[in-house]
Amino acid sequence: MKIHEFQAKEILRQAGVAVPRSIVAKTPEEASAAYTELGGSIAVVKAQIHAGGRGKGTVKDNADQRGVVLVKSAEEAATVAKNLLGKELVTIQTGPEGKQVNQVLVEEGCDIQRELYLGIVLDRAAKLPCLMMSSEGGTEIEEVAAETPEKIFKEHFDPSLGPQSFQIRKLCKKLGISGPAARSAEKFVKGLCKVYVDTDCALAEINPLVITGSGEMIALDCKMTFDDNALYRHKDIVELRDLSEEEPAEVRAQNTGLSYVKLDGNIGCLVNGAGLAMSTMDIIKLHGGEPANFLDVGGGANVDQVTEAFSILLDDKNVKAVLVNIFGGIMRCTTIAGALLEAYKKLDFNVPLVVRLEGTEVEEGRKMLAESGIDIIIGDGLTDAAKKVVATVA
Amino acid sequence: MSILVNKDTKVICQGITGKVGEFHTKGCKEYGTKMVGGVTPGKGGQSVEGLPVFDTVEEAVKETGANATMIFVPPPFTADAILEAIDAGIEVICAITEGVPVLDMVPVYQKVKQSKSVLVGPNCPGVITPEECKIGIMPGYIHKKGPVGVMSRSGTLTYEAVWQLTNLGLGQSTCVGLGGDPIVGTSFIDLLEMYQNDGDTEAIMMMGEIGGTAEEEAAEYIKQNVTKPVAAFIAGRTAPPGKRMGHAGAIISGGKGTADEKFAALRGAGVEIAESPADMGTALKRAIDNHK
Repeated sequence: MKIHEFQAKEILRQAGVAVPRSIVAKTPEEASAAYTELGGSIAVVKAQIHAGGRGKGTVKDNADQRGVVLVKSAEEAATVAKNLLGKELVTIQTGPEGKQVNQVLVEEGCDIQRELYLGIVLDRAAKLPCLMMSSEGGTEIEEVAAETPEKIFKEHFDPSLGPQSFQIRKLCKKLGISGPAARSAEKFVKGLCKVYVDTDCALAEINPLVITGSGEMIALDCKMTFDDNALYRHKDIVELRDLSEEEPAEVRAQNTGLSYVKLDGNIGCLVNGAGLAMSTMDIIKLHGGEPANFLDVGGGANVDQVTEAFSILLDDKNVKAVLVNIFGGIMRCTTIAGALLEAYKKLDFNVPLVVRLEGTEVEEGRKMLAESGIDIIIGDGLTDAAKKVVATVA
Repeated sequence: MSILVNKDTKVICQGITGKVGEFHTKGCKEYGTKMVGGVTPGKGGQSVEGLPVFDTVEEAVKETGANATMIFVPPPFTADAILEAIDAGIEVICAITEGVPVLDMVPVYQKVKQSKSVLVGPNCPGVITPEECKIGIMPGYIHKKGPVGVMSRSGTLTYEAVWQLTNLGLGQSTCVGLGGDPIVGTSFIDLLEMYQNDGDTEAIMMMGEIGGTAEEEAAEYIKQNVTKPVAAFIAGRTAPPGKRMGHAGAIISGGKGTADEKFAALRGAGVEIAESPADMGTALKRAIDNHK
């Protein structure tokens, strides 16, 4: 689960991790008042959307307006807020349609001496959280990793112990941080790692991480995502979820216990199991088609889930055909065939439907489909099913 | 022989009094697995499917001689259930449960590596040595005894591969579902070592998926240590970066973990590649033929 920058910063603030003072604004008037309240000579107005690259991103139909802007007066803060609020911001991570800005963060300016990068993720190879720091702050860390990996320094830590002081000293030494900044680093890094563990983060990223003129380490930006599997023990974080930032169909799927990811193609797929669902997308592509989605109905799909799954697929106007690929294991093919037929009847099914069934009670399942009188194209094996569905949209 | 489990393996189910635990205990028992009991804290003394229920794993081991367990307890209690099984000296632990917080698995992984137990999962279909012992949720009848060791990060895709193998007359020595989570107890490398040393396994079929670097590490290990023919398929070639494809572990992040990188690494290690998921069985057959 993702949250906004202002929400992540509030979590840090409460945990005693240094962040600049800031105020959220939903109208130009609020932005103006926020500037005045912060009381400084400069402030930064930042669009709040769940995507990175906001500083370089621009508003749709207004290429001069970027997503992060330095302002020097209350009037300027209001103007920038007016240009951003309610508009779509397009960044490298949003896709061409962009994302609507519903709020901006007005933040006090800060005396930047150095910009660094700090990220905490799980290192799957080491099976431990990994603290990464780099002197290349402000830039895309993926680029640094690809071009100059020697500029990224890593320390793993045990979540129950947190990073040790010597590990932070090692990182500071490599990054050339000394004096008051090194003392500030110890407090900052330990605090951030504690937040990562305590809130079950999947990612905590501070980019840029700033060292100020007075040697204080402070989070100028903050991106946090959380382990969905751990949300049951973080009710406070679940409340920060912003559904307007998510794909509506994906939210709908989640509410029915389905796993759905929208893609750009025109062949909808309904599959049981994540690995098989990905493989089904792959085989569609291999035979010249484009999958419209990933959809895993799970191991024990019932009529309601199949109906909802079909309904989500048919609501996608790009979908010109649907491929169902089920390997019935514990779930019998007869059960899924029954669910398919019932769902089909409930919905206005206006595109070709290709079904490939395999596994437990497959003969009976296929017979049910064949005798239903419904126009279903039966796929004989994975390849045949893929070819047939691709042919219907060709 | 075979790996991990065989006809003598005595199995308990942690979470046996739950609906899912009970259902699959019955399924495993019907397949011929030596199910000897179950554990649900607070429900000791009851019986499920004619099997005794115990309050603790320690007690179950003492009374039944169990040396394997399958875990169906809900996600918040899974780490504790695994640690309890390790503590009781269970040799093979299959954690079927899906949805375990990843940070729960960090200390569990460390603990299991310091112990004599092998953990398979979590979020996996389990382990089966055909016609001897099935521990988990896979449909038993698609399997057939034979020479192919099968390992995979996903469930139904494993069934697909096994079914293709069985239809080609290629039976399986042992099939293991590693699980779709970022941290799982057993890696491809652990299994490659077991299959390489197993007299009954003559060839190895592996199914990976996008995310992480487990397949690349396996490729490196195969290059150095595996003399038996290997075939592989990687799911998710068409998956976009940054989107979690069902499994918590199946996500391309920071440009890493793509299917093409994994295919390239495996090809470089002399592994026969299935370009299509419909071609997994035939790829394994090619691997065997090329090896002769």
